[in-house]
Amino acid sequence: MWEYSQKVQDFFLKPHNAGPMEDANAIGEVGSLACGDALKLYLKIDDKGVIQKATFETFGCASAIASSSVLTDMVIGMHVEDALKIKNADIAKALDGLPREKMHCSVMGQEALEAAIRQWKGEPPMPKAQEEGKLVCKCFNVTDLTIIKAIRENNLSTLEDVTSFTKAGGGCQNCLDEIAEILERELKIRSGELPDTPVSGKPLLSDMHKKEEACATAAAPLTNLERMQKVMAAIQLIRPQLQADGGDVELKDIKDKTVYVALKGHCQGCPASKATVKGFIEQIMRMQVEPDITVEEA
Amino acid sequence: MKTVYFDNNATTMVAPEVTEAMQPFFTTYWANPSSMHTFGGQVAKYVKTAREQVAAMLHCKPSEIIFTSCGTESDNSAIWSALETQQDKRHIVTTCVEHPAILQTVAMWERKGYRVTRLGVDGKGRLDLDEYKAALTPDTAIVSVMFANNEVGNIYPIQQLAELAKEKGILFHTDAVQAAGKVEINLEKMPVDMLSISGHKLHAPKGIGILYVRKGVRFRPFMRGGHQEAGRRAGTENVPYIVGLGVACDLATKNLSDEITRVSALRDRLEKGITSSVPDTLVNGDTENRLPGTTNIAFRNIEGEAVLLMLNEYGICASSGSACTSGSLEPSHVLHAMNVPFKYAHSSTRFSLCRYNTQEEVDFVIEKVPPLIKQLRELSPFKD
Repeated sequence: MWEYSQKVQDFFLKPHNAGPMEDANAIGEVGSLACGDALKLYLKIDDKGVIQKATFETFGCASAIASSSVLTDMVIGMHVEDALKIKNADIAKALDGLPREKMHCSVMGQEALEAAIRQWKGEPPMPKAQEEGKLVCKCFNVTDLTIIKAIRENNLSTLEDVTSFTKAGGGCQNCLDEIAEILERELKIRSGELPDTPVSGKPLLSDMHKKEEACATAAAPLTNLERMQKVMAAIQLIRPQLQADGGDVELKDIKDKTVYVALKGHCQGCPASKATVKGFIEQIMRMQVEPDITVEEA
Repeated sequence: MKTVYFDNNATTMVAPEVTEAMQPFFTTYWANPSSMHTFGGQVAKYVKTAREQVAAMLHCKPSEIIFTSCGTESDNSAIWSALETQQDKRHIVTTCVEHPAILQTVAMWERKGYRVTRLGVDGKGRLDLDEYKAALTPDTAIVSVMFANNEVGNIYPIQQLAELAKEKGILFHTDAVQAAGKVEINLEKMPVDMLSISGHKLHAPKGIGILYVRKGVRFRPFMRGGHQEAGRRAGTENVPYIVGLGVACDLATKNLSDEITRVSALRDRLEKGITSSVPDTLVNGDTENRLPGTTNIAFRNIEGEAVLLMLNEYGICASSGSACTSGSLEPSHVLHAMNVPFKYAHSSTRFSLCRYNTQEEVDFVIEKVPPLIKQLRELSPFKD
């Protein structure tokens, strides 16, 4: 049970500005069904750059709906340049706070607002930062470097905090031990017990890599032939689901542990296509084929 | 506001008879059953009675019952013991729909170098017997397959799976936490070697469980530091809870037919009531082989936590298969393994009934669900 503030409950049960807007001239969309939450923010911005109207449609939990709704209240009457200064913390504050685990809902609101205003200005969508490092959380594609960055920037000290800020370990939870090891090391660095190794230089994680290699050999890796057969079988599982949404996927190539696919139909060019590839196709591949396989758009 | 509790796979109400039976062991008979004096010794006979009551429910010998602190401890102990007693074997077989008590335990062993096979399931959450047979190797130390699934209620063919493991001389463990008291478990007939039960899922309190270990199966304790439970589980006996669990098992044995007939009829009424009045729903799981009280219903294009909070406004307690916890927007590992379409997976809502539920409660829920689903769908950006 979440400790929601009265405001979150009110905005969830009786949301303001809900529904689509026919004369919107800026729309920001973030998330997707595959990701588990999505927000479509509609704005009507006048010639002077003042937001006249704002409405939303949200697929998500109570705090996602409340964050979207309170955001529309906040931006109406605001100049776009001021609106761009809204941080996710401001959205959470307007709701008298969100549970720490739900902070990502306010992030979604801020991103949708930014996307809508970029669209109105005619700017390209936000580029996504490339994830580097060693993959730790396979459910949410979180790497060790992302985890270390979050720990350092936000002064995190518990496993729960790491999950709240990065989502790592929030899915199947099989990586919790690994995250705990990273956290333990970071806490030692913070207290001065260990030297501060630069985040980009990876030697501090080298022993973990060794352990993983040891496990991998014990687990009898797939042959190329086995992998190809499993990938082809998995694609057959995935296609009907995408077809149900008017899309489709084609297998293009397999190189080592990377599968290249092409999205078709509705999936092609869909703003959520990255989520479809990473969040959906890759997860199925990881369950059906092998846990460290990656999927890329060809 | 009246509470309608349809979340019995999460935990159950402690039966009034159980609370009553436990009471004297806090106030009068609080001694240590291992003590040499009569004051302590007299308590031991109540522990013995409880052990007999549990054994009667499972059709096994009282000496095969080890009291533990919870189902999770039982699961951890079973895997631990199987690997400790067969150190030459380095392979574990389980399924990808197990409870985290098994999944995270085997993941820990995997990190220590063991090989783990996690059997997949089909769209209804069923196992493939051929895949299962192929997974059993001479190197396999233990098979652990749940008796029934907590989220969708699927009952797995334990009899058959255990027989196949036995043929190959492989230890077979089953996590029967969700099944105990709800379906017949006859260990005289089933060649199961180890079985876990949790008290609080069958109207006993939280903090008590059992691990059944078949006579003749080699066992090494997970908890060390005492002679209790014939040296198989150290720690002073939790006498009040053991007594409570005994009474709960006795009640479960007596009420089993009611569970199978009346509770499953209530569940069917609820399921039909909701799916016939709400468009675009999906019932998850193997509806032919399910726990009597469980139904898992998914609603297209909306999200589960929002459904739960709306239900909560009416005092209705249910639970969601999608865990929007800790930043996790992941549908549960069970629904994921079943490949439930993602338009549905996020809103999968589990209603789990028990013998204390009534038809009035079912009808109340049937009345409240359709308008709140409509309201959430109007908020959703996905309409098709």
